[in-house]
Amino acid sequence: MEPLFSNNFHYLGLIVLMPLLGAIINGLLGAKLPSKVVNVVACAPMLLSFVFTLIGVRALLAQGVESEGGRFSMGYLSYTVYEWIYSGSLSADISFMLDPLSATLVLIITGVGFLIHVYSTGYMAQDPSKWRYFSYLNLFVFAMLLLVLGKNLLVTFIGWEGVGVCSYLLIGFWYTDSEKAAAGMKAFVVNRVGDFAFLLGMFILFFTTGTIDYVELSELATNASTVPLLIQIALPVGLLILIGCTGKSAQIPLFVWLPDAMAGPTPVSALIHAATMVTAGVFVICRLNWLFTLDPRLMLTVAVIGCLTAFFAATIAIVQTDIKRVLAYSTISQLGFMFMAVGVGAYTAAIFHVATHAFFKALLFLGAGSVIHGMHHEQDIRKMGGLKKYMPITRWTFLIGCLAIAGVPFLSGFYSKDMILWSALSNVHFLNIEGVMAADVVMAYFTSTVNPFFNAEGVEIVTWAKIVHGGLFGLGLLTALLTAFYMFRLYFMTFEGECRADAETKKHIHESPDSMLIPLIVLAFLSVVAGYIGWPHVVVAFMPEALQSPALLIEHWLDDVFYHSKTFRLTGRFGDHPYGLEALAIAGSVGAAAVGIGTAWFLYIKRPELPAWIAERARLAFKWLENKYYIDELYDRIAVQPTLLLGQLSYWFDRYIIDGLLVNGTGFVAESAGKILRHMQSGNVQRYATYITLALVFILFALIYPACF
Amino acid sequence: MLQLTHLFSALTANPMLAALGDGQGQFPWLTLTTFAPLLGVLVLMLIPREQVQALRNVALLTSLLVFAISLGIMAYFNPALPFAEGQAFTFQLTEGPFEWIPTLGVHFYLGVDGFSIWLVLLTTFLMPIAILSTYSAVTKNVKEYMISLLFLQMGMVGALVALDVFLFYVFWEVMLIPMYIIIGVWGGTNRVQAAVKFFIYTMVGSILMLVAILYVYFKVGEQSGVYSFLYTDLLTVNLTFQEQFWLFAAFFLAFAIKVPLFPFHTWLPLAHVEAPTAGSVILAAVMLKMGIYGMIRYAFPLFPDALKLFAPYIAILAVVGIVYGAIVALVQDDIKKLVAYSSVSHLGFCVLGLVAMTPQGIAGSMYIMLAHGIATGGLFLCVGILYERRHTRMISEFGGISKVMPVFATMFLVIVFASAGLPGLNGFVGEFLALVGTAKSQFLWFDAPLVFAQPLDATASYGLYEFGPAPFWPMPEGMQAGPEITAFVFTIIATTGVILAAGYLLWMFKRVMFGPVTNEKNLKLARLNAREITYLVPIVLMAIFMGVFPKFFLSRMDPSIHQFLTYMDNNVTSQGTVVVEPPAPGWVPEGSMVDVARAKRAR
Repeated sequence: MEPLFSNNFHYLGLIVLMPLLGAIINGLLGAKLPSKVVNVVACAPMLLSFVFTLIGVRALLAQGVESEGGRFSMGYLSYTVYEWIYSGSLSADISFMLDPLSATLVLIITGVGFLIHVYSTGYMAQDPSKWRYFSYLNLFVFAMLLLVLGKNLLVTFIGWEGVGVCSYLLIGFWYTDSEKAAAGMKAFVVNRVGDFAFLLGMFILFFTTGTIDYVELSELATNASTVPLLIQIALPVGLLILIGCTGKSAQIPLFVWLPDAMAGPTPVSALIHAATMVTAGVFVICRLNWLFTLDPRLMLTVAVIGCLTAFFAATIAIVQTDIKRVLAYSTISQLGFMFMAVGVGAYTAAIFHVATHAFFKALLFLGAGSVIHGMHHEQDIRKMGGLKKYMPITRWTFLIGCLAIAGVPFLSGFYSKDMILWSALSNVHFLNIEGVMAADVVMAYFTSTVNPFFNAEGVEIVTWAKIVHGGLFGLGLLTALLTAFYMFRLYFMTFEGECRADAETKKHIHESPDSMLIPLIVLAFLSVVAGYIGWPHVVVAFMPEALQSPALLIEHWLDDVFYHSKTFRLTGRFGDHPYGLEALAIAGSVGAAAVGIGTAWFLYIKRPELPAWIAERARLAFKWLENKYYIDELYDRIAVQPTLLLGQLSYWFDRYIIDGLLVNGTGFVAESAGKILRHMQSGNVQRYATYITLALVFILFALIYPACF
Repeated sequence: MLQLTHLFSALTANPMLAALGDGQGQFPWLTLTTFAPLLGVLVLMLIPREQVQALRNVALLTSLLVFAISLGIMAYFNPALPFAEGQAFTFQLTEGPFEWIPTLGVHFYLGVDGFSIWLVLLTTFLMPIAILSTYSAVTKNVKEYMISLLFLQMGMVGALVALDVFLFYVFWEVMLIPMYIIIGVWGGTNRVQAAVKFFIYTMVGSILMLVAILYVYFKVGEQSGVYSFLYTDLLTVNLTFQEQFWLFAAFFLAFAIKVPLFPFHTWLPLAHVEAPTAGSVILAAVMLKMGIYGMIRYAFPLFPDALKLFAPYIAILAVVGIVYGAIVALVQDDIKKLVAYSSVSHLGFCVLGLVAMTPQGIAGSMYIMLAHGIATGGLFLCVGILYERRHTRMISEFGGISKVMPVFATMFLVIVFASAGLPGLNGFVGEFLALVGTAKSQFLWFDAPLVFAQPLDATASYGLYEFGPAPFWPMPEGMQAGPEITAFVFTIIATTGVILAAGYLLWMFKRVMFGPVTNEKNLKLARLNAREITYLVPIVLMAIFMGVFPKFFLSRMDPSIHQFLTYMDNNVTSQGTVVVEPPAPGWVPEGSMVDVARAKRAR
């Protein structure tokens, strides 16, 4: 079969170029342009990029063919701009690749990005340096597109660092506030820790395989004769890249920067810290899915990290009182879900959740922005309440967002979260070794590698892997419950009940302008319908024939990308789609949502005095949660302070030991020796005569009795 | 969409330029570039010292003229020149050799290759910028200052293009004196001590190098009967391992002090803090690079086996320098000192990439030199701008400057990110290549720990043996590993420098530029004037250009690197430790996974 691709699809270059142009124009001329023009220069590139991406998607579909097994295979489109780095055997092109995976992400980035740009024209209307804001925002989209469209690891890494910088600039956008500037710095440096690992992973990959190109690498991973080589490095490379991803996607242990990142303008939080940049880690793992799938231990690590992050972030979110911080922890928690999905091999579910999460979390953040805008920069939900009568549209759209994230059926969050939870329960990951390797190396692999996931036959799953996956499902369900609870706590405290703001603020509360409301409505619509492309199989089974294919659109769309990963592992532990069990799992997740919402309603509407009473009783637990388990303090103690102390010590060592003792000491010795020897040159002739005589005696002695020397 | 590369090569391979001639011995580009500053000096001497502005303008015009001439070098440089057989380097645009002191075999012989051309251009590019930056900074003895700067430029370019070791040494020392004067006369409060330390420290190394040069010179004369200082002649020398050991040590010490490699770096912060802005820029951007250049041009190819022995120890010093420089930079209160220590860290990457003996490592090392020259030069200029306004460099004195000087903030930020190694700006390319190169190195292996303390052979009765009996423990069976393990350990430690760089630079930037304006004196700082913008813009543009189109530079280095590695591979006794990769597109290492997959596909 001929490989399906077009290597010269110019539109990919244009997709990336548009936001860059916007950033350059606004960055250089923005201060002098009229406000309207700045808005157009900022928003138009987003729309154009979106349109170009649609053209790309059409081209992808057009080149798709039916391949063996009835699979619809689309391959990819690519475009090489120029050769970037070139040295010896290392040649890295700036080249882009559009396949179903990156197309999905690009559509989200440019689509949601466009909406958020439009929203920003309203939100930032009063800011004197709006042009700077839009320049950064466009630059961010440019970097994000590089990250997603990159055809090799290096282009992805350019984007990876680029989004970090834009995030730094936008978090610290109001830099005159020292704390905000510090938050930006923290975000960048914590991300750098991840990048450090990412780079190392890339190095190992490069010097063992000799290439960093995704297409070539995936060919290696799917080639029976090279896979055994790749299996050996899958664990170290995967772990290192995973650390990089935990930095960007705010997972344990590097999640500490994201809550602080809320210091930036709210649309920025929506675009960067909810919808796009933070999902980059999930994207990269999905992009390298053939590598991660090669080692079950690695997959399990990803899943456990994701699951724990989801749970811990959710517990912290319960007690936060800053509207944006609640959403920030909720983002971390949802990203944890995505990691869990990736870790259990449900890549499609992960990307599906990336998409739905982009819609409903952008909606929630923009709604929060609308609230903050209306309340004149008040972010404390204890001072809100009863806002539904002041800002009805914001309230309804926010409610839709809450329902979606809580996992209420017929809203998008339900579908993607359910797909993840079901995969966690049913997938038990282990390598389908016969499917991956040539027969002659299978035996060698068994004898040389200690792998807890195999017994002698190679297909029996050890029991504890099952238990771990059961635990993942259980904890995921609990997290879903907590999610529903804290989201509705947020909703009730903000929009329902009595308004707790002071009279002065109350007078000025207003609904936001149209430029902000329209994006909210569009996103609310998307938050509802986006899920209809991934119905649970048990429901699909009862659908009419014509609807079955669109109802599973997301699976068919991404099937091609993750096809090889699927061949790497055997099917789920319960066989292929046991409808009864699936229905039970769905019932569980719907039940969790219901319990969560019900509890929130009971505590914050029915008996609003109860939360304070509980807080009184469980003060210690509250304190831990309010202080986010003291993780920030811990990192300060174990990483930041020791480094600074080491710096002080080294500087002391530098001044007093190296420079003082060694360098100046040498100088001092030379100088002192000179001072002492100077006395020999006294100008006194008698003394010189003495020296001469003594030396003569010495020489004579040496000549007569050489044996003495 | 227009292919940018095509546009690019069209610009550089202009047929009009090519029609002027192939440049081989036709037009003395190198001599002109080297000695044109002297013309400026001549003119300066004729101008009365009161006409300060005229003096400055003449110096600036001279340096611009030199830069224009040096562009000719770039235009006529031909990277595709066939390699000189059996040589470590292929020089072009050569002039000479003309006999200078025939009785000693000293020649006047100039030439460039892929290693030196970019350093020459870096020097000529930065000189006008440095001179422009002194318009307001230096007000007394302007005449002498400008003359010193131009002399300095002559020394630096001369040392880079000299192909006669005697000539090289002359230029090497010529460049020392103006810098000594610049620091000592126009420096800060502690300038005399700084100048003396700088001079003596560097001189100690130079003297050792001179002794080593003379030893090689006499050895060559003995072996071939022709006493000559020509570099190509010196390269033919046959040395025993012991001789190589000591000669390498002498050469290396001289260059390590110049780089400066940890722990020979303490003169640097002092010199930088005391030097005037232009002095710091030139010192950091070009003079430090002389050390690296000297290593690759002289110390390494002359004594390959000694290099193999020393390489892992040098790498240790380099990675210690990377981390140590960064950590010390973290706690500095003085911005200039912070930048100075960051130089120690960055040049650690340079040395590490160099001793890795892989194409990427050396390319990275070369690229860091250029990138560091631009970025750190820019940082010093920015510090100078702040200093001229406040007459202090203490970080705690600043804060919130972004609000007061927005244009400056933007440029400063770009330069900071360039220095922190952000992809898309110049710092990243070099660091990435150097780290990749180190990661795949086969060279950084402790063949035999502490072998230099062992009797080298039965006949060796003095010298090395005198260290006394050293323990030699063969490594236990299970702990034995290949050179890739040590190389990767070095890579890991070095890569932490990437985190730390972001830490100290952004923290400094935050404290200086962000936050509220806490100090009242900062409220009325003047914005950048046209002159300051004029000299910062080229730096910023170059940082972006080098980050976006590194191939423009790398492709002109690559053939030289390949030839150098081939030479090293042939001359290092332990086989297979130097990684040589033919610069053919699509070439992949034999037996690598890509190769296997490709072979399978072909079947």
